[in-house]
Amino acid sequence: MNQSPNNLIFKPPSIAPNGVASNGVGGLTIGILALQGAFLEHANMLRRLGAVPVEVRLPDDLIGVDGLIIPGGESTTIGKLANQFGLVEPIQQFIKANKPVWGTCAGMIFLAQNVGATGSGGHVIPPRLGNMEITVNRNAFGRQVDSFEVDLELSFATDQLFRAVFIRAPRIETNSQAVEILARLTDGTPVAARQDNLLATAFHPELTDDNRFHDYFLNMVKTSITSNSKQGEVVVQK
Amino acid sequence: MSEKNSSNDTSGEASTWRVKVGLAQMLKGGVIMDVVTPDQAKIAEDAGACAVMALERVPADIRVDGGVARMSDPDMVEGIIDAVSIPVMAKARIGHFVEAQILQAIGVDYVDESEVLTPVDETYHIDKHPFKVPFVCGCRNLGEALRRIGEGAAMIRTKGEAGTGDVVEAVRHARTVLGAIRNLQQMPDEELMTYAKELGAPYELVKETKRLGRLPVVNFAAGGVATPADAALMMQLGVDGVFVGSGIFKSGDPSKRAKAIVKAVTHYQNAEILAEVSKNLGEAMVGISVSSLPKEEMLGERGW
Repeated sequence: MNQSPNNLIFKPPSIAPNGVASNGVGGLTIGILALQGAFLEHANMLRRLGAVPVEVRLPDDLIGVDGLIIPGGESTTIGKLANQFGLVEPIQQFIKANKPVWGTCAGMIFLAQNVGATGSGGHVIPPRLGNMEITVNRNAFGRQVDSFEVDLELSFATDQLFRAVFIRAPRIETNSQAVEILARLTDGTPVAARQDNLLATAFHPELTDDNRFHDYFLNMVKTSITSNSKQGEVVVQK
Repeated sequence: MSEKNSSNDTSGEASTWRVKVGLAQMLKGGVIMDVVTPDQAKIAEDAGACAVMALERVPADIRVDGGVARMSDPDMVEGIIDAVSIPVMAKARIGHFVEAQILQAIGVDYVDESEVLTPVDETYHIDKHPFKVPFVCGCRNLGEALRRIGEGAAMIRTKGEAGTGDVVEAVRHARTVLGAIRNLQQMPDEELMTYAKELGAPYELVKETKRLGRLPVVNFAAGGVATPADAALMMQLGVDGVFVGSGIFKSGDPSKRAKAIVKAVTHYQNAEILAEVSKNLGEAMVGISVSSLPKEEMLGERGW
């Protein structure tokens, strides 16, 4: 019902029953944690790339999902609702099954092992997954009047700069050796990172028309399906 | 502020339209709660509110007290800003651009140019484009929504009737706006200029709304939401999120009711969860039936 009608501009493509694409990244089934925040924007971008978005609000919604996006929103709201509706453990299992998870902004906080200070206001640490070996500070650039856009160089797509939108954004203060940095601000602050099957961005690619991060994530998902099936395991979610 | 960004050496561009609208996009699927003290703000944050509206008196008390309702004491708003990590909004009177400047200066994340306060200008709203802080404004119909967006509002809320606990006006306004958009989508392009004239709305925004099939900015419901079922009703009608004003802290068990309304907005289509969260919430706010209100006491009538 709240599916804003502009979603209808992009019709979902037909997919193979198991969600595995026969070519490219099309047909992949991507869950979007739809507890609160900007999940429709991710869904629109995914449809444009031929993937099939699925809204995840309860643990059973993860069944048949190949990769999961944790969108921007309020990290305390998303963390609390994930906790209350029993989603933390199932998403941990999802990650253990080598399926990719991407967190944008609040989603990055949800993935982070440690959450430090807030740039302004409050100090309640929201519940989270904690799988990614990064320490993030919330609202690290300040309040809404400090929110900004900036061009970034991406390590995986150097052809042109990426217009990144930071909204009351967190930033990565420290990271372990296991974490690969994909983009930095000009002062060196890491703002996009990957650790195995986990991807995190402090900014919002879903608010732009640039699909390179979504494409990058869909390729992570495609690779994970190939390597999971090579191991001869069909990982079934509960 | 730009100083802050340059000290971070991000060479970024602050306060763009995309950044202003973007914060509202991050609030979607959430509940924004009226709070009058830092303690209430913490209860709201703990319940899962995606933002709080800091004000001195909730609309139900403004109705009782009468008199002129103004911007809250900046010291009180700052106390709330310091108490929580979620975004903090605050209200300025319709047309009172200096109150808006003050709220921007103390760092609120959104200014609500609100009919709940006493308007200071009965002809003109604030020119919102020059501000760094984004604005949310109320509307009763599509024309009003698009006029506010034309003035620079980066988020819209349907007005409803604040401080009543009666959701009838919220339903009326949401149906009016969303119904007009459905009609607009059926119109051939040659009718749009005349329709824009009838609405009193900017032509370009009428065209954009037809193209998108929705308002060009995020649209929340407000004014009279008192129960989880009310909140889910507004979500099922098609709004992006819900403001709850007096409905929480004028009820018997604010924390429990706040948590229940947050869950109801997330699971607005799941009647089993709605049933579960609606149980044993204690007293709802007393409420005033809108049909018993004289027209001059209707806050929703304010705005032009």
